[in-house]
Amino acid sequence: MNKLSKNTKKINILLDGKEVEAQEGENIVELAKRHGIDIPVLCYYEGMGECLGTCRVCTIRWKRHHVSACTLKAEEGMDLTIETEDLKDLRKALIELLFVEGNHFCPSCEKSGDCDLQHLGLKLEMTVPRFHYRFNNRSINFDADKILFEHNRCILCKRCTHKFEDDNGERVFAFKGKGSNLSVEMNIERANGLSEELVDQVVELCPVGAILKKGKGFDRPIGKRKYDE
Amino acid sequence: MTNKIVIDPVTRVEGHGKVTIHMDDNQKVEEARFHIVEFRGFEKFIQGRPYWEAPVLVQRLCGICPVSHHLAAAKAIDQIVGAHQLSAVGEKMRRLMHYGQVLQSHALHFFYLAAPDLLFGVDGPVEQRNIVGVIQQHKDLALKGIKLRKYGQEIIKATAGKKIHGISAVPGGIHKNLSRKECDLFINGSSELASLKDCIDWNQEVIDFMIDYHKKNKSWIDSFSVFDSNHLGLIGEDGALELYHGNLRALDSKGRAILNDIDYTDYLDHFEEDVKEWTYLKFPYLKKHGPQNGWSRVGPLARLNICDHINTPLANERLEQYRKFAGEKIINKSLYYHWARLIEMLHCLEMIETLLHDSDLQSNNLIVTGKRQKTGIGVIEAPRGTLIHHYEVSEKDEITRCNLIVSTTHNNMAMNKAVELVAKKSLEGQEKISEPMLNEIEVAIRAYDPCLSCATHAMGEMPLDVKVLDSRGHELFGRKK
Ligand code: SF4
Repeated sequence: MNKLSKNTKKINILLDGKEVEAQEGENIVELAKRHGIDIPVLCYYEGMGECLGTCRVCTIRWKRHHVSACTLKAEEGMDLTIETEDLKDLRKALIELLFVEGNHFCPSCEKSGDCDLQHLGLKLEMTVPRFHYRFNNRSINFDADKILFEHNRCILCKRCTHKFEDDNGERVFAFKGKGSNLSVEMNIERANGLSEELVDQVVELCPVGAILKKGKGFDRPIGKRKYDE
Repeated sequence: MTNKIVIDPVTRVEGHGKVTIHMDDNQKVEEARFHIVEFRGFEKFIQGRPYWEAPVLVQRLCGICPVSHHLAAAKAIDQIVGAHQLSAVGEKMRRLMHYGQVLQSHALHFFYLAAPDLLFGVDGPVEQRNIVGVIQQHKDLALKGIKLRKYGQEIIKATAGKKIHGISAVPGGIHKNLSRKECDLFINGSSELASLKDCIDWNQEVIDFMIDYHKKNKSWIDSFSVFDSNHLGLIGEDGALELYHGNLRALDSKGRAILNDIDYTDYLDHFEEDVKEWTYLKFPYLKKHGPQNGWSRVGPLARLNICDHINTPLANERLEQYRKFAGEKIINKSLYYHWARLIEMLHCLEMIETLLHDSDLQSNNLIVTGKRQKTGIGVIEAPRGTLIHHYEVSEKDEITRCNLIVSTTHNNMAMNKAVELVAKKSLEGQEKISEPMLNEIEVAIRAYDPCLSCATHAMGEMPLDVKVLDSRGHELFGRKK
């Protein structure tokens, strides 16, 4: 939660031309939300601490540059552009890129209805991506006892690699490779040592259906999932 | 020189199929073939996926009877997780879903696809022979058909989560139950939904209509696409009609048992599949009897042939009346499929009624598990007939092998036979092929209600393009609609 602190300096900034009150250093996604503007986010989540800024889905404009709102902190006199048609389209394009880069088959994914990527696709009214599907050849890692790693769906957001540790404070997931060969590697021994609660936590942390609890499957009815209306 | 007639695609069936009729120089039918012309490949791409995805992924084969695939796969995966006996609510919720599915699918087939031929005649005006024509000329019947179908679809939605491609049957059971309030809504109906009693009354009316139709058209029905075959399906322990779970029984055309109520998990010991180069659909047969004599008809006609009785009173009464009218226990006449289908709808409604009054549906004991095993085989009676799902799963939860034998595959030989008989009767010796002649061939296929969607991805309008070709593929004459 981005709590407003009494000790922080109050400042004024412009959101889409409208002057609003902010606290110096406030996270722009949270600030905008306070003022009724919903900036789409994917790698960001409330209360995450240091933002990752990997997905760029929260892209807005500041000083004629495109910047990610989640990593931007409020400064006196800022003039931010958020809700223009071109920016909305740019954010939609970023979602489309994530869809074409992976192999996302929502109909049989157990995260369907709970998936942040699917939710954003629907919210931003994505129908067919404007980019060609890459049909990357990716695998599924069945080796761990409790976790199934579905590389086809990983959007490389870094949540699992940077925001998750086992009981000993060790990381279980890490990046491997570079550029288009970048992927997440799971440490099988550490994954097998995770408690049920930690497995549930990391499954919840992953915004898509890449980290799954084995055997959990489609455990909730339609109507009771995160994004069901 | 051989001439060839091509019907491509066949209309008012579910999916995309094609018929070719090969004629010799004397305009005699040499052979008729019913082709499934596109390939789906689900057996291949389910490999490498986690086992719990099977019931949700494989049902995407079809938008018409996905519930059957959902449940057959779930039954197979139950075995993988060692759930050999589901909880009462698990079993009953799935059964309810299945009866809703058979009801809606049969209603779709009867009212939307078959009724136009029965109401307007095989040679009736083409522009009338569709559901719109039925609505215009027989509004009352059409509305009842639409409402009956809707009733089945709403049952599916309540039990599976949505009308098409629901997700509730999970390994070892079901992930939701049904409240008393929901059950009462289905019993009493609402401004949006017919009551159960209305559905039963309408179903009875349609059966009466069908009896009348049979009386008026007896000689045509008794001579249209009649041929001997075996009949295969699931059967209840006491010999009752069984749509969800039982043993496998096959009788020959005279009613002699050729597959004696076997445990369906042994299906590989009894069945084999033949392959022909001109179709993607295989030809299953009983090993013991070989490809020539071992094939069977499946679906409503076969199920009513193999059962000793029906364990719901109204449907059982109708079964006895149906057999008495036909004058035989084993009916080998293709057009009796429609009547049999209506009796099964009535059975489904009666089963739905029993289940809706059962308090087990409100239980929370949704899922059971047991000792893991590597093989899972699930068999169900889909609306069109016996459906087999077979999966092999590794210790690491990965599906390594999948075999599906869908209902239409079992009926493959029968449909080829039906087409050939009609072609011989109506096309032989003709100079020109008229639209009603072609429709007769489609009427024969439609009786089997083939769910070609299992093998295709056709969508939109389906034109009928018929060509008569010589042996070198040159068009002699054709007909389009
Ligand atoms: S596995 Fe999930 S959390 Fe980890 S990087 Fe991929 S998408 Fe993000």
